[in-house]
Amino acid sequence: MSDLLLQAFEAPVNEKLPRLRVGDSVTVYVRINVGDKNERTQMIRGMIIRMSGGGNNESFTVRRIAPGGVGVELTYLTRSPRIERIEIQRHAHVRRAKLYFMRERSGKSARLREKRYDL
Amino acid sequence: MKSILGIKVGMTQLFGENGAAIPVTIIQAGPCYVTQVKTVESDGYNAVQVGFHETKPMRVNKPQRGHLGQLKPNKKHPTRKQGADIPPVRYFREFRTRTAEEYSVGQQLTVEQFVPGDKVDVTGKTKGRGFAGVVKRYGFGGGPKTHGQSDRWRAPGSIGATSGNARVFKGKRMPGRYGGDRHTVQNLEVVRIDSEKNLIAVKGAVPGVKGGLVIVRDAVKG
Repeated sequence: MSDLLLQAFEAPVNEKLPRLRVGDSVTVYVRINVGDKNERTQMIRGMIIRMSGGGNNESFTVRRIAPGGVGVELTYLTRSPRIERIEIQRHAHVRRAKLYFMRERSGKSARLREKRYDL
Repeated sequence: MKSILGIKVGMTQLFGENGAAIPVTIIQAGPCYVTQVKTVESDGYNAVQVGFHETKPMRVNKPQRGHLGQLKPNKKHPTRKQGADIPPVRYFREFRTRTAEEYSVGQQLTVEQFVPGDKVDVTGKTKGRGFAGVVKRYGFGGGPKTHGQSDRWRAPGSIGATSGNARVFKGKRMPGRYGGDRHTVQNLEVVRIDSEKNLIAVKGAVPGVKGGLVIVRDAVKG
């Protein structure tokens, strides 16, 4: 019962967002505030290494390699109105739900086999 | 008197303007029914007694059903009062208010008393933690875990001096029963209202377990 009541305040799913899967290489366009009033859209390109939660709490983590070879992981709430758009570049063939092993990989070893979905 | 009784449903997060995630507690509140109006003339003080949480009649004991006016007068009890149309309710609470006369028995109180942006105080019974140590109960630091220590990591430390005050002072914080007390959290913001499902979303945490009774009132220091 209580779960149903919690759902009453659930934010609508953004229909424009594609279905995300762990292992997807994506470009996320997210609105960020710079200073007080200035707003701009930031683009993050990387691979989804984790998805967690459900409902309003659903989130995904994008890992990208920043200039200098430093790995950066950014976590976003999937239903946040701040997310404008997500583009999926490719799906990877993965065998686990969380791709934490990617943190130890770089260069050639960080490649994953591609998986195509016929939709 | 903006007051209502409710059941804590649980916590989640909502998105506010500009997309900020707001942590909220959802409370299923009301409809409450005024079950008795107390005035200075009748009871010596002003208050409104309110019932909440509809149940089956068999779950409410007979004296309470009588109080709600649900028992028919018979030969033995010819003067039983016949109440307004109040369903059998599980909880009764009283709210002190100067404006008790404005209320009438049977009147409904709903979440529509509140609007988003209101500040409220929420009272509940905290989770019972049983016989708790001093680290959990009072936030003591405990002792060192390493450097040759044994059995000291959650110990309270010294509890007093030696011969000068050769006793332990009253009120010294020690292990004991913790939780299960009535607590009030003040000045929580009402974030959203769902009057159809009788829900209030209040910013922040609220005392008690999910499914526990909470009292939502207009903020005293609002």
